[in-house]
Amino acid sequence: MAQRNPYEVLGVGKEAGAEDIRRAYRRLAKQHHPDLNPGNKQAEARFKELNAANDILWDEKKRARYDRGEIDESGAEKPHYAYANYRDFAEGAPGAKYHAAEGMEPGDLDDLLAMFGRGGRGGFGGARGGANPRLPGEDYRYVLTVDFLDAVNGAKRRLSLAHGKSLDVTIPAGVRDGQILRLKGQGGEGIGGGPRGDALIEIHIAPHKLFRREGDDIHLDLPVTLAEASLGGKISVPTPAGDVTMTVPPHSNTGGILRLKGKGAPRPDGSRGDQYVALKVVLPEGGDKDLTEFLRQWAPKHPYDPRRDMGTA
Amino acid sequence: MISFEAVCRMVEGIEPRELERWIHERWVLPESLPEGYVFHEIDVSRVRLIVELKRDLAIGEEAMPVLLNLLDQLYAMRRRLKAVADAIDALPRESQLALQALLNDDKETER
Repeated sequence: MAQRNPYEVLGVGKEAGAEDIRRAYRRLAKQHHPDLNPGNKQAEARFKELNAANDILWDEKKRARYDRGEIDESGAEKPHYAYANYRDFAEGAPGAKYHAAEGMEPGDLDDLLAMFGRGGRGGFGGARGGANPRLPGEDYRYVLTVDFLDAVNGAKRRLSLAHGKSLDVTIPAGVRDGQILRLKGQGGEGIGGGPRGDALIEIHIAPHKLFRREGDDIHLDLPVTLAEASLGGKISVPTPAGDVTMTVPPHSNTGGILRLKGKGAPRPDGSRGDQYVALKVVLPEGGDKDLTEFLRQWAPKHPYDPRRDMGTA
Repeated sequence: MISFEAVCRMVEGIEPRELERWIHERWVLPESLPEGYVFHEIDVSRVRLIVELKRDLAIGEEAMPVLLNLLDQLYAMRRRLKAVADAIDALPRESQLALQALLNDDKETER
């Protein structure tokens, strides 16, 4: 089994600090420990993988060497030369990002592949004859990271390409993370008069500090005052398209979820997802004398136990 | 998502000013966002490659674009040939055998 990138194994980012790594390891190790999963081969394999990943990441020196590509996932020395590593990428689909300059790329290949069809030895028009092959050009692949709100509302972006070129990309409103946009004819030149390839642009959506996206729905945690939650009222709520007014019903609580219909991301069919607003009751910062005084009087007369379902004494 | 600063930390022997210039020359193509550059694995790997070409193989600034373009051509060719190989893989067995026979035949005539 090929080993996975230790950052992926532990589910932490490249920027994670030592403390994040320790916490992630502990959490996962508890979950997959073989003694806690007797006879579960999968858990055992996962536990081994976790330990190998932790072995590299907890040790700062080893981690730095891994980051520089000097050792591999198992901690073994890697071949020193970067070209071997670069080749892994360049020969795969992501490599098409660094395509050769216009007019240079298919030329040689054109001759080469044309030999298949022209029949004669070396392609000099021999007696066998055959169809002149028409092959489409290579599809160029790019990754485009899009701002959260641009992904919901749509935007235009310019992508810098190799050899001084650029490509204008229209990001459709409501585009999803991982979606691939195809720009027809923006790839490599065709061979033997074949059509040009396409540009395939994979969309990555950057996170937003307030909103979360699930499919076409938007999720938002919204702080409300004790009075707004208890008494209800109209409050202003941010949505990707701007602020809207929302009615909080009386006797709302932390964890209560309100739906703003049609305030989510647009769908290709013209409809829209919804926005879900999770209420979070926030008490006045630093306490409030009157409120404290009121609760001293009120609490003994109105006992309630919000922890009764937790089985605590 | 890998930041400019992270690349400078990850790749031994790279100066931020140097990396800026390589991006400007478009030897490396990170995404350019309002909050800064975003690199992907292939970009970091390419930075390492350029560092190595420069330091270990003493390729100068003048020759670098020529060399990178040749490498890009080579890899484009290899990706295309891989596509051809995959296509041959999908052919019926007898076509593959026929092709193999022809290729061997070619070799023998060359001798």
